[in-house]
Amino acid sequence: MVVMKMKFPFQKRVKLAQGLWLLSWCAAISGAITFSLGCILKTELRRRAEVMDNSDIHVVPNTLMIVGLASLGINYFASKICQDALDAGRFPRWKNMLKPYFAVSCFFTVLMLLAVIMSFAMKGSLESSLKVGLRNGIRFYKDTDTPGRCFQKQNIDRLQMDFHCCGNNDFRDWFEVQWISNRYLDFSSKEVKDRIKSNVDGRYLLDGVPFSCCNPSSPRPCIQFQLTNNSAHYNYDYQTEELNIYLRGCREALVHYYMGLMNAIGAGVLSVFLLQASVLVSLRFLQTSMEAVAGNENTEIETEGYLLEKPLKETIMEYIEPVMKFFLLTNQVEEGTPGAPAST
Amino acid sequence: MLLKIKFSQQRRVHLAQGLWLLSWMAVMWGVIIFCLGVYLKTELLRRAEVMDNTEIHVVPNILMMVGLASIGTNWVASRACQDSLDATRFPRWKVFLLAWFAVAAVLCCLLIAVVVLSYALQGSLEESLKVGLRNGIRFYKDTDVPGRCFQKETIDRLQMEFRCCGNSNFKDWFEVQWVNNRYLDFTSKDVKDRIRSNVDGRYLLDGVPFSCCNPASPRPCLQLQLTDNSAHYNYEYQSEELNLYSRGCRQALTDYFMELMNSTGPGVLSVVLIQLSVCLSLRYLQTAVEGAMALEDPEGDSEGYLLEKGVKETIEDLKANALKMLKFGQVDPNAAEGSSEAADAEKAEKTASPTPAS
Repeated sequence: MVVMKMKFPFQKRVKLAQGLWLLSWCAAISGAITFSLGCILKTELRRRAEVMDNSDIHVVPNTLMIVGLASLGINYFASKICQDALDAGRFPRWKNMLKPYFAVSCFFTVLMLLAVIMSFAMKGSLESSLKVGLRNGIRFYKDTDTPGRCFQKQNIDRLQMDFHCCGNNDFRDWFEVQWISNRYLDFSSKEVKDRIKSNVDGRYLLDGVPFSCCNPSSPRPCIQFQLTNNSAHYNYDYQTEELNIYLRGCREALVHYYMGLMNAIGAGVLSVFLLQASVLVSLRFLQTSMEAVAGNENTEIETEGYLLEKPLKETIMEYIEPVMKFFLLTNQVEEGTPGAPAST
Repeated sequence: MLLKIKFSQQRRVHLAQGLWLLSWMAVMWGVIIFCLGVYLKTELLRRAEVMDNTEIHVVPNILMMVGLASIGTNWVASRACQDSLDATRFPRWKVFLLAWFAVAAVLCCLLIAVVVLSYALQGSLEESLKVGLRNGIRFYKDTDVPGRCFQKETIDRLQMEFRCCGNSNFKDWFEVQWVNNRYLDFTSKDVKDRIRSNVDGRYLLDGVPFSCCNPASPRPCLQLQLTDNSAHYNYEYQSEELNLYSRGCRQALTDYFMELMNSTGPGVLSVVLIQLSVCLSLRYLQTAVEGAMALEDPEGDSEGYLLEKGVKETIEDLKANALKMLKFGQVDPNAAEGSSEAADAEKAEKTASPTPAS
């Protein structure tokens, strides 16, 4: 049973070929746009790579770049095919190439859709990567003399200033780590000795945050230290103070930023996907309607075009069979079984 | 004749085509100049709160004006050279082209003036920033005064973005009270001491706001008691370099804006070159086509030139024409006497005019 049969008189075929030529060049430009969107996303992810623990999320921009490049090639060939389609002498040379061409194009189009879905689905992975990365960043903030970690302080400071955030979940994360290096602590002072004795690990913990947590919108000069002590500062109430330091955590700020970027890119790529799918469908109709003309002397007859010759399942099996045979062949133990694989 | 060149019909056609392309390129450059002017104006307006006057705005204003004018002028040039090869439509451009050359000359002068101004106004910009930043630092604490309540946020964001501190340097913060009285405990001894230590009763301290802190410093930022070495462990005020930003905001902002204006310099100069070449080509085209139209065979060779007479004579001619136009408004009691008197007066002026020219 043929899927989606349509009648194509000569004029309609000509219009289809012309429209398809234009559409395929639009789709080529969209493919280039997709590639550049992938590059932008990759660059933004790499800028903050120091506060990410793993690079799982990079699969989204990588896929976008691959799909963008592939779509340039696919649409270039589509325009060439539809240029030759109306010429009965030149169309037959495409005959053998069209089946693998459609297989490859469908694969990359589905990959495009997968990239869009992944950009929404990978939020959890991004969050857990940022959680671990930021926790390490805050822990190694003081290690400005350790090679390999000496830029952690600057990175975290600039991150908090750029994204208007403080700490991992919120500013209290700074109370749980020692963020002042031992080089700047006077171990003969009573206060330092008290603080170090107050916990098991002997760390200098305090209820203070680095200056990069300070909010410039606050009407009062920034209060960094003794945040939980109301009597340490005049006219200060820890519970009700909102503008002094940034209340948002950096993990939330970064996730919000990247999800916003990926949602915008996802919407664009979705429209590119629709464009690409329509190019492939039109090309298939053009191919099948032109094939029916082949062999006839009168090229202006009305023909029928269709999407698939057999129902969907059988077509998929037809495509997968050679691939499966190839894989099974390589895995087969050679026991001398006769029978060469039949070529399709 | 100045700079004569022979033009065959083919050459005239090529000149017209080349000029058409060149004038559209000049239109595009005019658009770019306009956009540069808009960008520079936007950047200056963004920092308008720390500037005292708007003298520096003359640079982007002229750029925008010249950009728009050059779009119009070069579009007219392209229309003129489209009509140039058509003998019936070209004559109506005759008077128009004289005005066009004057306008193009004015545009080129304005462009060169812009480049000169962008260097010359540096002093004015610095003065404006000096006063503006001084006021900004003085009113930093007035977050409860309407009209000044955003001064603190503006100065903080400025210092963080441009990586600078204070007006000339961070010591400017020692001379003003930047902590609002609402947050000072007047019963405390420290506050009372500081207020009594100066004539105006201001709470002065050797500390700076958090926005002066340098993230590149290996140690957590030291904001307060900066001149007191014993207040902080392992700290020496004289040799500490990375703790705060060492550059003053006036220097930072001047450098930024000067760099912006200097980077527009090459673009502006190339526009001047393109405009001059359009001007010259159009003059050659005009004279060549006019010469061809005067010939018996319009498709024959003609001569194109820049000026009909030498430079001096052309200037004298222009002066005479200008004076004639001015005299046109004068009352003549007796027409015959007036005309001979006017002729004598013109002759006297003609003999008089070479003296200032020479």
